[in-house]
Amino acid sequence: MAALQLEKQRGRYAALAIAAVVIVVGIPLWWKTTETYRAWLPFSEISELDSLQVHALRPSSRQNHVCDSIGSAMIYNRVFDKADLSLHMLSESSCGSVVVYVIPESSTLLPEDVKVYVGQRRTALLRSPPFKTSWNLKEVLSNLDVEVEQVVSTMSFGHQDIVAALSNRVRMTKVTKESMADSMRAIKSSPGYEITFSLLNPDPKSHSLHWDIEGAVQSYIQPLLNKLAPIANFSVDSQILYYAVLGVNPRFDNSVSAYTLSADSLSHVINPVEARLGSNAASSNPVLNFLLYVPDAHHSPLFIRDHSKRKVPSNAFHSPRWGGIMVYNVNEMYGPEAERPVDININMAKVMGVFLAQLRLMLGVQHTHPPTGFVLQSPGSAGLADWELDRLLWSRSVENIATASTTITSLAQLLDQIGNIVINDNIAQQVSSAVTSLQSAVAELEAGNLAFALQYSREAILASERAFFDPSLLHLLYFPDDQKFAIYIPLFLPMCVPIVLSLLKIVSEAKKRRADKQAKSD
Amino acid sequence: MDYYNLLTTCAFIHLLVSIPYAYSNYVENKAGQFFSSGHTNNWAVLVCTSRFWFNYRHVANTLSVYRSVKRLGIPDSHIVLMLADDMACNYRNPKPATVFSHKNMELNVYGDDVEVDYRGYEVTVENFLRVLTGRLPPSTPRSKRLLSDDRSNILIYLTGHGGNGFLKFQDSEEISNMELADAFEQMWQKRRYNELLFIIDTCQGASMYERFYSPNLMALASSQVGEDSLSHQPDLAIGVHLMDKYTFYLLEFLEEVHPASQANMNDLFKVCPQSQCVSTPGHRTDLFQRNPGSVLITDFFGSVLLHDMKQLVADVSSQKPKQKDWHPPDGFILGLWTLILLVFFQTYGIKHLKHIF
Repeated sequence: MAALQLEKQRGRYAALAIAAVVIVVGIPLWWKTTETYRAWLPFSEISELDSLQVHALRPSSRQNHVCDSIGSAMIYNRVFDKADLSLHMLSESSCGSVVVYVIPESSTLLPEDVKVYVGQRRTALLRSPPFKTSWNLKEVLSNLDVEVEQVVSTMSFGHQDIVAALSNRVRMTKVTKESMADSMRAIKSSPGYEITFSLLNPDPKSHSLHWDIEGAVQSYIQPLLNKLAPIANFSVDSQILYYAVLGVNPRFDNSVSAYTLSADSLSHVINPVEARLGSNAASSNPVLNFLLYVPDAHHSPLFIRDHSKRKVPSNAFHSPRWGGIMVYNVNEMYGPEAERPVDININMAKVMGVFLAQLRLMLGVQHTHPPTGFVLQSPGSAGLADWELDRLLWSRSVENIATASTTITSLAQLLDQIGNIVINDNIAQQVSSAVTSLQSAVAELEAGNLAFALQYSREAILASERAFFDPSLLHLLYFPDDQKFAIYIPLFLPMCVPIVLSLLKIVSEAKKRRADKQAKSD
Repeated sequence: MDYYNLLTTCAFIHLLVSIPYAYSNYVENKAGQFFSSGHTNNWAVLVCTSRFWFNYRHVANTLSVYRSVKRLGIPDSHIVLMLADDMACNYRNPKPATVFSHKNMELNVYGDDVEVDYRGYEVTVENFLRVLTGRLPPSTPRSKRLLSDDRSNILIYLTGHGGNGFLKFQDSEEISNMELADAFEQMWQKRRYNELLFIIDTCQGASMYERFYSPNLMALASSQVGEDSLSHQPDLAIGVHLMDKYTFYLLEFLEEVHPASQANMNDLFKVCPQSQCVSTPGHRTDLFQRNPGSVLITDFFGSVLLHDMKQLVADVSSQKPKQKDWHPPDGFILGLWTLILLVFFQTYGIKHLKHIF
């Protein structure tokens, strides 16, 4: 009997020991080994990014005293651009700043009807409005402020530009047709762009076309791209497509004895051509296509009509975020007796003028409508004035910051929500660097250092995109609850049932013994 | 000395998490340049998920939608075509290099200008989700990526064998409706689409769009939950069914559409009524901003670059009433196993327990 008791005792201890091992060692071990590796992410800082306030500081200065000396020197020349150049040399204006020179009302530097002359770089000449001699300095300055404000708002960014840059993040309450069109036309900010120039020759039997695209790109397009280098990397290529026809048959118009493409039919022109355009397979950058179409001999000359049935002077149209098409008529260059195929050299200056204008629009350089009395100096060889570039940089920085912060916050939310995505160390590192770049960009923007702000915002957006689109972040396995039960129960239930039952038996025996002892003692 | 006014532009950058902002835009006819829908380019993702020769009809379905979409103007660079098996060059195809849609071999939807981006075993749930969310390895070529932006209208067409809440890929794995809804939400978070049209032709197809919760989604399915989508007609020479009923009538409808056509989504909803299709096609428009009557077919199936604009009305249409399906209660498996164990112990006697300790 005693041996049996001993056996039972040993059994009880064994059951308790097994249960202890399972609970103390087994469960934590199972928990640890089925955990997914999740590197630490700065969630608190990311949630701060959620409601981010950006204060953009536009530094500008006003020079009063220099004007008399300049005025006398320049009266000789009366040439604005030279004046502008020397003014620019006077004060080194940093990126993003606007310098306004105020000249006396009676000065003859500017012609009578011109109130403001906006230079090619970051300076402007403002003729001061008339003031009474009785006014003190403060009144004069406040009177001047209104004029200067107008100049600066033309040259630099305003509320509308910022709203347009954030158009897909912030609700656009007051949407004007102009701003919606602008926001749809300009291509989104991207680390790089590909620009492709294509010459379409549907009739090689009649026309043998020659175009010096390399030279034209070097002299017309490359200066603009060099100037825009802080924004993105650009790659330019060109091709010639033979027997490429447009998707629409142009109609012959007797009144001008020429073929015309109406505005409605322009929608379908690009489609058959687009299939043959091709693109660089290695990069995922957005592509801007510029097509130069030389109509075939039977359909020359070909003109494009706008919605009011008027001829478009440049004979070109563009499609938002896609590119532009220009129709180049060559029928006047040869007579009917010329030997086919006719050698034709394309006038690249005319062509590039149109393409450059379209390229500017598509890259987001807003077209300025200057108020009356303003004269804008033409941008020159670069195709872009410094202050226009600054305006583009402002809107790009803000757009980059907005995009990067939205990406990071949505990534954090996604990773928070889905518990079993593995977060590798490199993703955590990208996220942290994106957050620090974002904070630096915002700080620089507040301080008014545009160049640094743009650089940081670019780094932020690159890091955030890399983190968001990392191939390892794929949440593939969605397990509904009953599937989880179905997997674990066959493994654990057969093991747990004897343990639980034995524990229950121990407890019931202990209770019975206590009851017996109670009965005995009574 | 800078004492000029500080122009502080405060911009609150909010996180717009699935807030369907209903705004109405008025654009005049005269401006005539941009879409009322706000999109500037079109993409299409067409997926056939089943393999084996007897699933010929699913490949024919996908190829006929591909053909319509190309005809209406979307270029190959903007189409991601995923075919799980090769029917045109299958050993059992009596007419090699062709895939027909009609039993009299009237229409060869394969043609000579087909660009398949994902073929054969590359069509997996993982690759499909990677294409949608953009999480592809850096070595992936451009033709295999969905490079859409916030102004892209995307058409997604799925066909194959499906069930209540899932779609079968390659006879070995499945994608659930929750995964699909999450993938669309991730696309929305990254603004990878402007509007999305989702068409599915499988059995119980309506279950796949039940769980969508992102804005600007419109969905069509060939059958309701509990119904099967049927195939159209077999061809005795080829020996298999050539098309599914819903896609057959969809193709017939799309053949009438040309790039300048003004047919709208309400016409698409009427395609293949129950008298023709036996199953009841369903659609879901409650997440879509615009009125389906003002959405052109070519907004999704074609690629029309410039267009006259129309007046927009933000509208919310109601969803078709969902058929309640009975699911076993949670923990059913747990109870089942307990039952099994109890039965075991009962048959073999409770006395066996004492051998354990």
